[in-house]
Amino acid sequence: MEQTSANDPVIEFRNVAYALPGGQQLLSGLNLQVRRGETLVLLGRSGSGKTTTLKLVNRLLTPTGGEVHVNGAPTAESDVIRLRRSIGYVIQEVGLFPHFTVERNIGLVPQIEGWTSERVHRRVEELLRMVGLDAQLASRYPHQLSGGQRQRVGVARALAADPAIVLMDEPFGALDALTRDQLQREFLSLQLRLNKTVVFVTHDLREALRLASRIALMEAGRLVTILSPEDFLRSSDPLASAYVRAFRDGLDSAVNRGAS
Amino acid sequence: MNLFHFLLQNREQVLELTMEHLWLVGISTLLAVLVGIPLGILSAHWPVWNKPVLGTANIIQTIPSLALFGFLLPVPWLGDRADRLAILALTLYALLPVIRNTYTGIRGVDPAVVEAGRGMGLTARQLLFKVELPLALSVILSGVRVAVVVSVGLATIAAAIGAGGLGEFIFRGLAMVNNQLILAGAIPAAVLALSADFGLGWLEKRLRPR
Repeated sequence: MEQTSANDPVIEFRNVAYALPGGQQLLSGLNLQVRRGETLVLLGRSGSGKTTTLKLVNRLLTPTGGEVHVNGAPTAESDVIRLRRSIGYVIQEVGLFPHFTVERNIGLVPQIEGWTSERVHRRVEELLRMVGLDAQLASRYPHQLSGGQRQRVGVARALAADPAIVLMDEPFGALDALTRDQLQREFLSLQLRLNKTVVFVTHDLREALRLASRIALMEAGRLVTILSPEDFLRSSDPLASAYVRAFRDGLDSAVNRGAS
Repeated sequence: MNLFHFLLQNREQVLELTMEHLWLVGISTLLAVLVGIPLGILSAHWPVWNKPVLGTANIIQTIPSLALFGFLLPVPWLGDRADRLAILALTLYALLPVIRNTYTGIRGVDPAVVEAGRGMGLTARQLLFKVELPLALSVILSGVRVAVVVSVGLATIAAAIGAGGLGEFIFRGLAMVNNQLILAGAIPAAVLALSADFGLGWLEKRLRPR
């Protein structure tokens, strides 16, 4: 393992490109650094390359050009199984194993990593509490849970082996507005305590402004700009200001309807 | 003398032929499962194998059973004993439903579940044994069920090459124009098929993921 200091980026994209086997270019010329402990939000429309970017980190996709470095080492040269187990991964569809109980879902990676069942059990209880779920849910199956509970279990599962990096691909996208709001709030307080390095994909500016340390705006396979939430709102970048305008217009028209 | 009396009077022979029948079906199903499930996994994971594997199994299925028994007769070692030959033929017929359902079952696993598993760092083997196969199990089992039910019927023809089984009553009955004798073979075979269908169907329902 290479030695890394606290200031080195945890994840680094060096001129990364990704093309489908058919030749279609999904991502090109991507240079990006993710700092330790920050929440970097990848914001963009569908097809802008944000999910592709995310999957290049845990090598669900392998770059066709350039290099992705995680903890100072190029992912192409690292053991892909070890790499993935050191990175938490949460997706919109959650992808809980339907034939496993909540406990087995959360405890799977620790279990195959050889933890004793006693230790796995304690960890599962700790994680359920951490994501705001009753420990009694441990013996339930995923189909017996609500959408919000399932996504909480998904987050708990990603945190199970205590990874320093967590990737989240529109984790709250499929939830109703109130549940989403609650989970965003809990994400913030959890992140305050755990201080993970998070890469978070969303198309929702409101979510990005709320959760991000920095927002990376993407469009058509390219990184447009990286800004803090405050700077994003004031940005003169045409695409960024278009996002902000659309966001404000939505609020205004809602307010006006209420007034008239 | 009615059929019931006949079965009662010849119960030892009925039992013996039923056991022979079960042996033919059981061994051939076991072989079909051992060969068919790996082939199904192969074609589900590597699409290049899909066409040749399923295509071959499909073609085998179209060979008339009597002709297949005939084709295999001159093969050395196999042709020496009729039951070997019958087992091989039954295995070949049972392959298609097992391969096809393994393929369908694995391809039918929710892609989000597979992606989550890969993203968590499961190896290909762990993904297969902990996620894909358990979730495909009820579909695979329904293929095995089809294979068994078809085999029970097909195995009656094995008696034509002297491999035994309940087909002996049927062929003897045909030769002697004795309906009772035909029924003495056909009815136990039908009961076998129905109970296998029921038993495996029950198991399949229990294993279906929610």
